[in-house]
Amino acid sequence: MNVPTMAEMMAQGKQPEILFWVGCAGSFDDRAKKITKAFVKILNKADVNFAVLGTEESCSGDPAKRSGNEFLFQMQAISNIEVMNAYEIKKVVTACPHCFNTLKNEYPQLGGDFEVMHHTQFLKSLLDEGRITIQGGAYKGKRITFHDPCYLGRANEVYEAPRELIQKLEVELVEMKRCKSNGLCCGAGGAQMFKDSEKGNKDINIERTEEALEVKPDIIATGCPFCNTMMTDGIKNKEEEQNIKVLDIVELIVNAQDL
Amino acid sequence: MQYLPNILFAILLIVGIGFFTKNVRKLFRNIKLGKSIDRSDHSKLRWVNMINIALGQSKMVRRPVSGFLHIIVYVGFIVINIEVLEIIIDGLLGTHRVFSFLGGFYGLLISAFEILALLVLIAVIVFWLRRMVLRIPRFWNKEMKGFPKNDALYILYFEMVLMSLFLIMNATDTHFQQANSGNIISQFISPLLANTNAETLHIIERSAWWLHIAGILVFLNYLYYSKHLHILLAFPNTYFANLDVKGKLNNLQSVTDEVKMMLDPNIDPFAAPTETENDKIPEKFGAEDIFDLNWVQLLNAYTCTECGRCTSVCPANITGKELSPRAIMMKTRDRIEEVGKNIDKNGHFIADGKVLTDTITSEEIWACTSCNACVEECPVNIDPLSIIIDMRRFQVMEKSAAPQELNTMMTNIENNGAPWQYNQLDRLNWKDEK
Ligand code: SF4
Ligand code: SF4
Repeated sequence: MNVPTMAEMMAQGKQPEILFWVGCAGSFDDRAKKITKAFVKILNKADVNFAVLGTEESCSGDPAKRSGNEFLFQMQAISNIEVMNAYEIKKVVTACPHCFNTLKNEYPQLGGDFEVMHHTQFLKSLLDEGRITIQGGAYKGKRITFHDPCYLGRANEVYEAPRELIQKLEVELVEMKRCKSNGLCCGAGGAQMFKDSEKGNKDINIERTEEALEVKPDIIATGCPFCNTMMTDGIKNKEEEQNIKVLDIVELIVNAQDL
Repeated sequence: MQYLPNILFAILLIVGIGFFTKNVRKLFRNIKLGKSIDRSDHSKLRWVNMINIALGQSKMVRRPVSGFLHIIVYVGFIVINIEVLEIIIDGLLGTHRVFSFLGGFYGLLISAFEILALLVLIAVIVFWLRRMVLRIPRFWNKEMKGFPKNDALYILYFEMVLMSLFLIMNATDTHFQQANSGNIISQFISPLLANTNAETLHIIERSAWWLHIAGILVFLNYLYYSKHLHILLAFPNTYFANLDVKGKLNNLQSVTDEVKMMLDPNIDPFAAPTETENDKIPEKFGAEDIFDLNWVQLLNAYTCTECGRCTSVCPANITGKELSPRAIMMKTRDRIEEVGKNIDKNGHFIADGKVLTDTITSEEIWACTSCNACVEECPVNIDPLSIIIDMRRFQVMEKSAAPQELNTMMTNIENNGAPWQYNQLDRLNWKDEK
């Protein structure tokens, strides 16, 4: 697996086409690391000239900001921006909608002006430019439902790129009752991922999983490491893990073609 | 004595409009209690939003049934109010149906009013059935007890009565019925009164006329106290609403200034502060009370129609948590009103030992996933999430009162640049793991 860092690139006097912003989940969470690697496989396959920040990357600050800790958020943001500006980074791609949203919308005011793309948008652009092909393969004919991540969907109004990628897999894309701008949150956003839920009568991920089960999918596709965790937990709770897989769109693409 | 009705009418009108003006001024004053925020940009886009969302009701039809019914009531309300102009002129001058000289066109107009009045009547009855018989859950959440519930019903009854009065007034107007132009609905009511003598008919007609106009004036003055204020405020509210993508939370410039100073190696952190800095009252971070919210957030609170669409899509509320975005808006409005009354009484605000965070609890604000479903759903572009975030900011930055697990998460970010306890130097380990 070829994963150059910005520091290495710089030493060789090279500038990558994109910076792949891995994010904390993508770097440390066992499940999310698989998504990270799947994405790198596609980047390698398509010969995309990319680099990561590696140990120079630090939390985007999203969970701090959404918890109300503007100080911590800005400390994180400003030091990340300094690093990225020092490398003269222009374009950032990330597989985490939270990082995507924060870098895209909340960094500019603090001096970080980058073109930021979610990995599904970037893959869609590679597809449009003919740099990758996506075929049915392993998933042909399967029923797949896509869970919209709030920070990709409502927050940034990206609904179509992930769906177009899924449809390329020659699958049956089925929509849940609440989808796109009406999509129901998985329960992880706003720093909920890092705390117990408040008192209630149900966990949000269970509610969402039940809704997904209603459309009887073979696969629940996600585009966010946190949604992935939440939906995976939900499926386990419903003891459906033998029948239904929760996979990120990049994993679908990679598995379909056995990359 | 002959001018008595005209004089009575003029007094009624002056009192009605006078009170209304007083309330509007109070409304302005209260909204201005909020912090300043600049919403003078992109005026073209703002007009477009206002025309689409407030005038065009574009977000109402996300729920097709109630959206459609609401459009009937809304169009009916606006169009039938043209009739009020005639009523006012008639009332002041003592004329009768002053516009009838328009002939066939007048007939056409009144026909349209009558049809709309009937449609509004039907729509309002359906609204009532949805609330009281179908008991649609969003009308029965726990914040909808007492006044908020009755308020909604009063308005429905009011509209039923006003529309009925209008149709009865036309049905009992013998001249109007004889002219047989424009009585498209009322012609079916008037036979029911065929046995009534002319004198009684006239009395009914006059009473309906008076009650109709008096009802409208009462309604106008009821607005200020009611969720029905949205019929006016939906316009400014959609105009001044946030134009950024929903994912973007605002930046706290006061924090930026401090962080930049902390990170700047050229600044001596131990240097004595300059005099100007000393003079500045340090800004409070986040919101504890309505004074810490901006005026758009306060305008939001007054505009809220209490429709509960936000709450019905809120993942926290759906799963039984305390949080209800509608309740956030209602509590904010209640507190503004409380402060407003304090000012009415004392001439200026005298601390009352209360704050907004007394009623909006931590349990509520920490249940939010910041999913923006409420913001997306609100038919008049209210942003409950912005208030929740501002309250979290207060809890965290002023009170250090975040839930324990979040404190751990934040400490981790501070120490190792990730919300979990991993070493930043291990960030690239995934590359070589199997
Ligand atoms: S943003 Fe918060 S309050 Fe609004 S719907 Fe989502 S969880 Fe509920
Ligand atoms: S905030 Fe908007 S959606 Fe929620 S109750 Fe008020 S008007 Fe309805």
